[in-house]
Amino acid sequence: MNLLSKIIIPLFVVIVIFYGFKNKINVYDSFLAGAKEGLSITLNIFPAIIAMVFAINIFLDSHFIYFLLNAFKDILNTLNIPIEIMPMALLRPVSGTASLAIMNDIFIQYGPDSYLGRLASILQGCTDTTIYVLALYFSSIGIKKIRYSLGVGLFADLVGIITAFLLTMLLF
Amino acid sequence: MVNYIWIFLILIGIFFSLLTGNFDTINNSILTNGKEGFDIVISILPIIVLWTGIMKIAEDSGLLKKFANFVQPILSRLFPTVPKDNPALGYIASNIAANMMGLGSAATPFGLKAMKELQKINKEKDTASVAMITFLVLNTAGVTIVPTTVLALRIAHNSANPSEIIIPGVIATFCSSLGGLLLDYFIRRRNK
Repeated sequence: MNLLSKIIIPLFVVIVIFYGFKNKINVYDSFLAGAKEGLSITLNIFPAIIAMVFAINIFLDSHFIYFLLNAFKDILNTLNIPIEIMPMALLRPVSGTASLAIMNDIFIQYGPDSYLGRLASILQGCTDTTIYVLALYFSSIGIKKIRYSLGVGLFADLVGIITAFLLTMLLF
Repeated sequence: MVNYIWIFLILIGIFFSLLTGNFDTINNSILTNGKEGFDIVISILPIIVLWTGIMKIAEDSGLLKKFANFVQPILSRLFPTVPKDNPALGYIASNIAANMMGLGSAATPFGLKAMKELQKINKEKDTASVAMITFLVLNTAGVTIVPTTVLALRIAHNSANPSEIIIPGVIATFCSSLGGLLLDYFIRRRNK
């Protein structure tokens, strides 16, 4: 699997360029046209990224999330949910780097092969930065009404988090 | 909606910092934030430019269409509103494939291009179409088979068996995608 993920990109590039050459298109011109389009796509999302990073960092730096978790400590304890994992689960939809940093802390404190270490690893893989991705993708094409997409996206993350909990308890 | 999330994050963050007396942290956060956003843009810019360039070759040569035709039987069930030979399907498939391999940074340009193609066939330009929402649900459910970053970190922390989390991860990612798609399907049917 590791080897596969290492050869897939070079192989992909070779296939694309060879196929273009075989079909007698000007490969170089196509690349430039696409790259130009990529540049304007990035410029379009530039303001959205600045805006989201601004809001997310203010929220993270206030440590509001830890205050919230302290308030629900008793409920979490009775449900047998380890409180150490909760900041990661809650921050995952907002920031990939923040949840990765928390996972790193868990690895240092409890080790990657502990219950918490495994749970964090599975959690990081099966969910995504939903709020960030939605804001980025929609603003890149000027969508303002995002309808039910946020609800469904967060629901999918919740299903992933619950499955990760159950699997870690059952399998290890 | 993004508007409310934005307001919520900023107001909660600032009020809570002021309440708890974290004046320095919040000042620092507000003032240095722009730099971090800029760094993110600068780090993804070359990747997006490079991959949209390469994918344009695939689009012009017909390879993307071929790929789209190949995955079309599955994707057209998920995206009934997208015409069969639309390049959006090719970009959606490439985005999902890159995500599966844990190549998140390669997936973003495909995803952005897919959104652009979907916007072309969208009737109300300021409103998300059902196809866009289904695509984003698939995308944010995080269909990952090889979680490269997690594996790298586990190896760095001397895990005895770094890859033991792959199989449960695949099951969890499958469940979350399925859950998201089912909810999306039911909402679509109810809205009809």
